[in-house]
Amino acid sequence: MKISNVLNTKAPKATIKKSGMSSLGIRNTRWLSFPYILWMVGFIIIPLIVILYYGMTTNDKQFTLENISSILNPINLRALLFALRLSLISTVICLILAYPLAMILNKSKMKSNSFIVMIIILPMWMNFLLRTIAWQNILERTGIINTVLKFFNLPMLNIINTPSAIVLGMVYNFLPFMVLPIYNVLIKIDKDIVNAARDLGANSRQTLFKIILPLSLPGVISGITMVFVPSLTTFVISNILGGSKIVLIGNVIEQQFRIGNWHTGSGLSLVLMIFILISMAILSKYDKESEGSNLW
Amino acid sequence: MTDNKLIDLVNITKSYGDNIVLDELNLYIRENEFLTLLGPSGCGKTTTLRIIGGFENPDQGQVIFEGKDITKMAPNERQLNTVFQKYALFNHLSIAENIAFGLKIKKKSKVYIDDKIKYALKLVNLDGFENRMPDSLSGGQQQRIAIARAIVNEPKVLLLDEPLGALDLKLRQDMQYELIRLKNELGITFIYVTHDQEEALTMSDTIVVMNQGYIQQIGTPEDIYNEPQNAFVADFIGESNILPSIMIEDKLVNILGTNFACVDTGFGRNKPVDVVIRPEDIDLVKPDEGTIKGVVTSLLFKGVHYEMEVSAHGHDWLVHSTDLAAVGSEVGILVDPFDIQIMNKPESEDEEAVELEM
Repeated sequence: MKISNVLNTKAPKATIKKSGMSSLGIRNTRWLSFPYILWMVGFIIIPLIVILYYGMTTNDKQFTLENISSILNPINLRALLFALRLSLISTVICLILAYPLAMILNKSKMKSNSFIVMIIILPMWMNFLLRTIAWQNILERTGIINTVLKFFNLPMLNIINTPSAIVLGMVYNFLPFMVLPIYNVLIKIDKDIVNAARDLGANSRQTLFKIILPLSLPGVISGITMVFVPSLTTFVISNILGGSKIVLIGNVIEQQFRIGNWHTGSGLSLVLMIFILISMAILSKYDKESEGSNLW
Repeated sequence: MTDNKLIDLVNITKSYGDNIVLDELNLYIRENEFLTLLGPSGCGKTTTLRIIGGFENPDQGQVIFEGKDITKMAPNERQLNTVFQKYALFNHLSIAENIAFGLKIKKKSKVYIDDKIKYALKLVNLDGFENRMPDSLSGGQQQRIAIARAIVNEPKVLLLDEPLGALDLKLRQDMQYELIRLKNELGITFIYVTHDQEEALTMSDTIVVMNQGYIQQIGTPEDIYNEPQNAFVADFIGESNILPSIMIEDKLVNILGTNFACVDTGFGRNKPVDVVIRPEDIDLVKPDEGTIKGVVTSLLFKGVHYEMEVSAHGHDWLVHSTDLAAVGSEVGILVDPFDIQIMNKPESEDEEAVELEM
């Protein structure tokens, strides 16, 4: 699993290497990576080892696989499957919304493009928790939507504390992460490649499916990864918009840590991590195929 | 080349915002012609090509193809194919799939497509490249694949937008021969866009010199080179001495105060004109044998010839010759009458960009 997969930025790698070689020489710049190595060891590797340790031991420091196998407990298993389902639905909805939007952005050559992109990013500058709580207020039984509906004597909308509200929260929060990588790939497709397809007899639909979609696959895959992973692990959105009745795997893990049961929490986290690794591996296999053409 | 008009551009006008790229352009292209649109960047040559290809719509005017108005027709419905400047190959498809793209869309049989791929690869000298990916090929090879991808569709016209622009000199020269060969083997019309005058002179049946959205001159390479119709064409095609002169009478012109015999007639008496003399048409002789005398002020060895500047009558004459005259030496300048090309002086800037019918 590479970070470049997720961020879809392969060019900087080459430039860093180049500038390092030409101006300072490799030997002189090596020490610059020291802070990052320290950071990685301190905040990524050690915590992972700690989780691994807690996940595989009992309170008495005895080795056990019970923490991990607790995923087979019906409640936990249901939470995992439900989380998988909701995050899949959210990812698909994000993709359906984001691709046309990215295409519209790409087509319009206006200067307002950067403005529209900023509008998409703008909500991300506000706190994630605040935005989710705002949705709670909007969707509540006595919230804004229902107040308006009531004013016009229309039936009330009861989607707060349902899976729909959670999906809404996920889509709302993670949509920009789908739009931007797709848009980034689309703007890099040479207009003459599209023209060439038209020139060879393809109508606009054939051009979309045979040329634009395959060429934009790396962006789609980055987008899917960046929406699916946080959706699968979230517990904040389900807590705020799903109420106490809907339990996702993220909530289960959070509760375990909250009641002080670090061992079970870590064990379940490991299981979730394996799920994410598998899905990323599948996705990066597709990415590899298109990488063979070295377009990006 | 036949005399049948294949494509007729009628009063084409195109502007981007306030910038008029093409202004009432009229041009026709004959069947089986190798026609080159030549001009500096921004002269409107690529826009003309893109209008023919259907990638741009003209603001006014019509594109007539075999007698039918195709101005509004989408690119995929036109019976012509384009070779793009930066190849525009589909990098996610193999060479065979690239070439088959147009044929698959037309739902041709697999046997037919396979045959065509083989034939096209052979035609561009890249047999056996079927399963390679585009980015594993060199620039010249990619360009040939782009040509193969276009010609398998058996277009009536092949549009080429500076196809050799990204290649190095040697490869460019090789590809020029390849293109001439292809043109002869396929027997179809080529419309070629370039800013390289040498490319245009080498390959074309007809050259259309353009500047600032106007056609400056249309003619065979020989016409364009030997008889430029205005100073722009003379200056753009090859190197030249452009000298302000006065046409004394038919077959006699006064260049910088000295009378020269020439072959042009019909310019009237005592009329100011511009004279074009190609550097290779000037003979350097002994001072007393020349029409006028001058002093050599610079000398450069250019490989095939020497390039000299001779200061005479207040003008620096550019001379190409295989004989050298040392810097500082006095020489005589001799020009044969038929090497003196007379052009009307432009009266205003508008007239300089004069529009000409063929």
